Amino acid sequence: MTKLLDAPERPLRTGDPNGTAPRAGLARRIRNLLTSPKYGPVTVTAVLFVVIFIAGGLRYRGFFSGQVFLNLLVDNSYLIVLAVGMTFVILTGGIDLSVGAVVALSGMIAASLLQTGWSPAAVIPLILVLTSILGLLVGLMIHVFKVQPFIATLAAMFLARGLCYVISQSSISITDPTFVQLAVARIPLGGNLSITPSVIIAVVVVAIAVWVLHATRFGRTVYAIGGGEQSGLLMGLPVARTKVLVYVISGFCSGMAGVLFTFYTLSGYPLTAIGTELDAIAAVVIGGTLLTGGYGFVLGSVLGVLVLGVIQTIITFEGTLSSWWTKIFIGALLLVFIILQKVLTSRRR
Amino acid sequence: MSALLARLVASRLFWPIVMLLVLFTINLIAFPGFFAVTLRDGHLFGSLIDILRNGAPTLIIAVGMTLVIATRGIDLSVGAVAAISGAVACSIILGSPEPASPATVAVAVTVALIISLVLGMWNGFLVAVLGIQPIIATLILMTAGRGVAMLITEGQIITVNSPPFKALGSGFWFGIPIAVIIAAVVFGIAALVTRRTALGMFIESVGINPEASRQAGVRARGLLFVVYTFSALCAAIAGLILTANTAAADANNTGLFIELDAILAVVIGGTSLAGGRYSLVGTLVGALVIQTLVTTVYTVGIPPIATMVFKAAVVTIVCLLQSPTTNEALGDFRRRLAMRAGTGVAAS
Repeated sequence: MTKLLDAPERPLRTGDPNGTAPRAGLARRIRNLLTSPKYGPVTVTAVLFVVIFIAGGLRYRGFFSGQVFLNLLVDNSYLIVLAVGMTFVILTGGIDLSVGAVVALSGMIAASLLQTGWSPAAVIPLILVLTSILGLLVGLMIHVFKVQPFIATLAAMFLARGLCYVISQSSISITDPTFVQLAVARIPLGGNLSITPSVIIAVVVVAIAVWVLHATRFGRTVYAIGGGEQSGLLMGLPVARTKVLVYVISGFCSGMAGVLFTFYTLSGYPLTAIGTELDAIAAVVIGGTLLTGGYGFVLGSVLGVLVLGVIQTIITFEGTLSSWWTKIFIGALLLVFIILQKVLTSRRR
Repeated sequence: MSALLARLVASRLFWPIVMLLVLFTINLIAFPGFFAVTLRDGHLFGSLIDILRNGAPTLIIAVGMTLVIATRGIDLSVGAVAAISGAVACSIILGSPEPASPATVAVAVTVALIISLVLGMWNGFLVAVLGIQPIIATLILMTAGRGVAMLITEGQIITVNSPPFKALGSGFWFGIPIAVIIAAVVFGIAALVTRRTALGMFIESVGINPEASRQAGVRARGLLFVVYTFSALCAAIAGLILTANTAAADANNTGLFIELDAILAVVIGGTSLAGGRYSLVGTLVGALVIQTLVTTVYTVGIPPIATMVFKAAVVTIVCLLQSPTTNEALGDFRRRLAMRAGTGVAAS
């Protein structure tokens, strides 16, 4: 009995081999940061981003400016929104291959409806509702019918891409004044700096996602499912609802990204955004989210998008216009980060 | 009679074959000459021949994919490998002084196949040695591979004028399309090697439980290596046929979405994505179903572009039919039927 009462007074952390005790030196703390599956990859990504940005600044004149940085956000706002949705899905241990096709489909719906005189105020909500419903169907297929996420989202990808072609086989340009306005509008930030409305939307989406993941019960359930679905169930968490909702969120984000992409290109084209799902997955993985689920941050995914964006910018500055190098770089980077994650998680287990 | 019927329905090939027959019937109604095969200039012609010829690349890739899926893996990089192989072959033919000589074509084909072997070993290395999830490991080559293909073609569509190369895609041999012969050979070799030796059983055991089969003495890693290499080789052969067919290498579009068609063929054929048991004959039927579906869409007069929507519908239906939830529900239903029949017999 006395032993039980004594127990809490014993310092529990003395034997901790990972040494998170405050007296650990700076070097050790850095090492701990880098070898943690939770913070390691995201720290590496942050360092990588800074290094690439500085390297670009040393190599090219005019690279080292605030606007070049802001343009990363301007050019990739749709990818940021996509990566947010993908982060939710990957955190639960799933994957969504349909996002690129849904981006294209959203663009096609927007372009074709605007062409027939619909108001943007009706078109945009309609797209978001439709893509969320698609996400819901995918989620139900995965949860109720136990179809693998990869194959269910593959079916959704086929469906979305096919519907694109059904709507039109050629490019439809958008002349709606509101869309044009949103495409060319610039929001001055003082100095010579400016951003587009899309960046604001992306930032708002990111902020909401951070809040949902870190401050709500839903968010904690997402992490719990990634950590182990069975344990989540045993703890009485609403696993079913959360798993389905995650795909609804991804569908919604894809629709939103599609709208932002349409602001960017001012047209709908059935073959657009092929391979974007890979960019989104790569951004999430490079941003430090573990593919098996459970660990990761939305802000890490944003960082992942920025890394991809800065590589793209460097290739543009290089001026060879060989877009294939981007793909090869992204592939190589994806590989490096997957191996990094593998090393980090195997060391901890 | 009913026992025979029950055994037929229980067979994994039952539903795919029914699907194929339904598609054939639709075609026959829309186009009465569907089954007619004619001999013209010593070449076989007809809708069925077209289905076989156009379906050959998908079938070849699907054969490799079946073995990969049997080990509980997946190979997303096949489309990119097909593009690389086409790009390599076309650029060699274009760069040679005699593009029309069979020797040039032989060199081009050999180099393309060797490069694909290396790519397959790369996938195998990532999956078997580094232990990366197959979806992700092959995703890397899927993304980067198209970049590599574009690097080879320098971002352009390479058109070649080489009759021996073109024959790979659209030529005939003893009246039969060469593409079909190649597909038959690939299928035959895969079937012989995996079903006449213990290899197929080893593959299934790895798919069911890699750890247990390793402890039982199956060299799981080596097997994974072989399977991914074989898949890349199949993809390369399909890539050669596809590029030869149009006599052009298009890094962006050669084999685009073909990985999905191949996976679809495997799934329709009754091979479970959870690994373990596979059926090459099922895959053959699956590939035929897909190609017939495409043809049906044409003959019925639906815009060909809508094919993908139909494919999506087929994947969804097949997956839902395969799902444990549906099986349980069906099992319940059957038990209830049996029970009712049983009580009926007892009462009379």
